Amino acid sequence: MTLSAPGPARNLPQYGALIAVLLANWLLFPDFFAIRLQDGRLFGSLIDVLNRGAPVALLAIGMTMVIATRGVDLSVGAVMAISGAIAATMTGAGWSLPAVLAASLAAGLLCGLWNGLLVAVLRIQPIIATLILMVAGRGIAQLVTEGQIVTFTSPSLAFIGSGSFLTVPMPVVLTIVALAVTALLVRATALGLMIEAVGVNRLSSAGAGVNTPVVLVAVYVWCGLCAAVAGLIVTADIRGADANNAGLWLELDAILAVVVGGTSLLGGRFGLVLSVVGALIIQSMNTGILLSGFKPEFNLIVKAGVLLVVLLLQSPALTLFLPRPKAARPIGTVKPPVAPTSGGAKP
Amino acid sequence: MTGALQRFLPLIVTTAVLVVGFLLCAAQFPNFASWRVVANLLTDNAFLGITAVGMTFVILSGGIDLSVGAVIGFTTVLLAVLIEQGGWHPVPAFAVALIAAGGFGAAMGGVIHVFQMPPFIVTLAGMFIARGLGFVLTTDSVPINHPLYGELNDMALRFDFGLKLSLPALLMLGVVAAAVVLAHWTRFGANLYALGGNRQSAELMGVPVARTTVAVYGLSGLLAGLAGIVFSLYTGAGYSLAATGVELDTITAVVIGGTQLTGGYGYVVGTFVGVLIQGLIQTYITFDGTLSSWWTKIAIGVLLFVFILLQKGLLVVWAGRGGEPAEA
Repeated sequence: MTLSAPGPARNLPQYGALIAVLLANWLLFPDFFAIRLQDGRLFGSLIDVLNRGAPVALLAIGMTMVIATRGVDLSVGAVMAISGAIAATMTGAGWSLPAVLAASLAAGLLCGLWNGLLVAVLRIQPIIATLILMVAGRGIAQLVTEGQIVTFTSPSLAFIGSGSFLTVPMPVVLTIVALAVTALLVRATALGLMIEAVGVNRLSSAGAGVNTPVVLVAVYVWCGLCAAVAGLIVTADIRGADANNAGLWLELDAILAVVVGGTSLLGGRFGLVLSVVGALIIQSMNTGILLSGFKPEFNLIVKAGVLLVVLLLQSPALTLFLPRPKAARPIGTVKPPVAPTSGGAKP
Repeated sequence: MTGALQRFLPLIVTTAVLVVGFLLCAAQFPNFASWRVVANLLTDNAFLGITAVGMTFVILSGGIDLSVGAVIGFTTVLLAVLIEQGGWHPVPAFAVALIAAGGFGAAMGGVIHVFQMPPFIVTLAGMFIARGLGFVLTTDSVPINHPLYGELNDMALRFDFGLKLSLPALLMLGVVAAAVVLAHWTRFGANLYALGGNRQSAELMGVPVARTTVAVYGLSGLLAGLAGIVFSLYTGAGYSLAATGVELDTITAVVIGGTQLTGGYGYVVGTFVGVLIQGLIQTYITFDGTLSSWWTKIAIGVLLFVFILLQKGLLVVWAGRGGEPAEA
């Protein structure tokens, strides 16, 4: 069984970039790779990168599936806010942890279902379909918290954000579990192939017998679930829910992570692990900028610069100028050889 | 006849929603139906309206511009820094801000065209850059105390029947009027609709795709710059986090206004009405006093959903009559 194992050459830019950023951090901050064990939990800058990168990595896992179907989910930040708001409010009201987790995840599932139905059944453009929940979702989250920043003291919920399992911080554990489950689902079954087929051409894949509505609803539901887990982590970490700011603009970071990971926004091909690598590259850059003493203000510009460079490297127009590059290999399984042509590239 | 009715139906529905909404508000609050409320509605939403006009053009051409909110924020910071810290007179500062914003938009248009990249992601990068540049200039909220700002804020056009239009409101109305002319009575407008309708056909018909793409994003940037000037007049300060989320408010206004997000169909006037509907919801919530601000977001989300459904319904009807099938 191959879990997202494309040709090694294609992954080189992403892994190379991650290693380069990490090395740059190490040069700036010699203790960067130092990891120590304290109170049964690992500490260190590298662990910090993993820990802080976990919410965006989780979002990127769900977003990869959505983008592979040629869609996009703008609502993940709002879904994070909703799931966090529900968790904090219910915990404050004295509900037990299983009930709280179930309710938060159910909220994420419902949000994903809503997005999926709009895209799959009503055939609304994904950007617009998910824009609805992006706008209304934050309102719903504020409705849940009644406009307050709800805090809680329950250590059981806080464990998700700041606890550890076998010395590994819980957010990292959850991300690894989500990655493993997703990879199993899409690469050990035909689901991944179907997702890619829908991304290449929805009509043809329907004609070939793929149940496109179900595939589409499934990816949006999965994305909603991932966002709900990310929302739980953020809420548990700060022991409170801020409906206005939880997950704000994280949808853009998640999309950035997916794009940096090499998944084409035109759909039809995806690298799950690479998206997580993309999220880690972004987080390492954030940490590096902080460590280097540069003003955090430069963060956005650096991010934009990286985004543009990655996009330029993927641009169909640029490949015309270069000597014929290595053809994009089909990932894992068979895939129609023709990617969407660049002719009338629309969003 | 039915053809014209069909063509204008989204616009008619949007306008009807505005009128009915206003009448409902007026029925509930006797003070609502006053010129003062109307004037405030126009002034408070002036920067949104100006930005939304640019967004309408971009969406008509089949693209999207996520950078407008960040450009507004950057413009306000640039103005504050030039005027307060650089000692500039506001007028040349306005000129520099407009050129910078327009040039920024045009550059994004160039990248989109030359490298054939999705506008969504290019303008997302543009949003990061503009916000980042604003942060680099200053992270503080810088008040602008130049006397000209006071004078400009006092300027207003008064009508005998009691309506008082402020400078931002007048600017917005002027921009909307100019945009209607530009969209429907110029070659640029025709090129825009052709490009949004079908890029390949437009190219084959001889539409200058490169020039039109650069121009439309340049125009959007320019209008966002103008909106930034209005915003800095309105708030009297420059702040790099100003106008966050405005890109989504404007896209919402464009959709509510009946413009097809796939491009090629829509009206600038519709967008203007869409902006007013959003403003009306906010005004209603202010008047009510007991409703919390989050109902604005939920109401706008619901409205967005209803209008998208309406558009989809129309597309299906048109497709049924032998038009282009609605490809998702």
